[in-house]
Amino acid sequence: MEGALVTVRLSIVGILLGFILGLPLAFGQVYGNRLIRGFVSAYERIVRSIPLLVILFLISYGLPRMGIRFPVFVAAVLALGLRSAAYQSQIYKGAIQSVSGCQMRAALSMGMNKVTAFFYVILPQAVRIAIPPIGNETAILLKDTSVVYAIGMSELLRQGFYIFTNNGEATLILLTVAIIYYILTMTINSLLSLFEKKYRIPGIGIEGGTNEL
Amino acid sequence: MSYKHLLRIENLHKSFGSNEVLKGISFNLDRGETKVIVGPSGTGKSTILNHINMLVPPDEGHIYLEDIDVTTTADIHKVRQEIGFVFQDFGLFNHLTAKGNVMVGLIRVKKMDKKEAEELAMFELKRVGLTEFANSYPAQLSGGQKQRVGIARALAMQPKLILFDEPTSALDPELTGEVLTVMRNLADDGMTMLIVTHEMGFARTVADEMIFMEFGEIVEQGSPDKLFNDPVEKRTKEFLFKLTELYGEVDL
Repeated sequence: MEGALVTVRLSIVGILLGFILGLPLAFGQVYGNRLIRGFVSAYERIVRSIPLLVILFLISYGLPRMGIRFPVFVAAVLALGLRSAAYQSQIYKGAIQSVSGCQMRAALSMGMNKVTAFFYVILPQAVRIAIPPIGNETAILLKDTSVVYAIGMSELLRQGFYIFTNNGEATLILLTVAIIYYILTMTINSLLSLFEKKYRIPGIGIEGGTNEL
Repeated sequence: MSYKHLLRIENLHKSFGSNEVLKGISFNLDRGETKVIVGPSGTGKSTILNHINMLVPPDEGHIYLEDIDVTTTADIHKVRQEIGFVFQDFGLFNHLTAKGNVMVGLIRVKKMDKKEAEELAMFELKRVGLTEFANSYPAQLSGGQKQRVGIARALAMQPKLILFDEPTSALDPELTGEVLTVMRNLADDGMTMLIVTHEMGFARTVADEMIFMEFGEIVEQGSPDKLFNDPVEKRTKEFLFKLTELYGEVDL
């Protein structure tokens, strides 16, 4: 079913865009000056309080009025990615902050500059902490790709519609669609928990607690 | 040589808000010397160490490492490589093994190749008695072992001096001994060390000189013998007596 493929493509590109935008946003919110921090939290607040469908319509029907026009796929990815960036940046911010400040001080005291310290000390730990919530976010985004149906993209849900308007088996088709979503989401979750296990730091439990010796 | 002392500290001042933590601190540290700073909590002892590494810049005053003014140098990262820092709460990198913790600075800062860094790391871990824990992660180590990794990590950078900020305060009493023994060996090896601690027994037997601070000022400095047996200031006597009562005079 090519609809499922479109859904997967939308999810992957959307999550990636969210990552590419979200990480610098988080970086800015943790290490930036007041202006940058203000900008990031304003962005987060605005994006998180607008329904995805409205963002989607703004990009695909609002912007063309101002002369900015995107292909449907790009518009869909932008909407999903921009929104995901807001959520992901919150996740990364929390993850970065949960790696103790003392480690940053220790890294600096050895003569590392802030960038080196961030990449070799803070980030490797923050990424591990971020894996479970990012898994969540990916699953949510995957399911939310169904709203791009509204701007006429032929993703999983719309393809389902095509089929059942042709043969009338609504229940059966929609159930199939639901099962495909279920399989996709489960696949993501199990991939991520594999990652989580592979990169687990010995001695530290998944809940972040320490196993005392 | 134009610089007689390894480290010269001149007239350090620092305030946090309206709280004046340091009110003009000056002292010197010579090569191979072990100097211990003691004093009640909140008198700015740790702040001095943070200034020396410029983790926190002072409001006023200068710090010279040989001929470099640490407070105004253009390349603080270079200076920090010369000054080791051992933290009260270890500051170990939790995603790296003991060996990895010692190696990361060598590879990322000193640009050593991996094999060379590994050899040096193993050498330093042996020095602190942790050879068999090289592949353990911080969360698998006891507090005393963690702190010894911290010391090995500082040593591996081959600094000109090492700052110790209450290195045993976060440890259970039965674990402080192993850390103090390592530090004592370093002193015997001629390492230059500036130590903030409450371990009076250790200070008394290892320090070449002690500094007693209170309310952001140096009250008295001199040999441990003099400070313990014949202090000029009454405050020194009272404080040292109180701490010795509290922590005992455990000799190692």
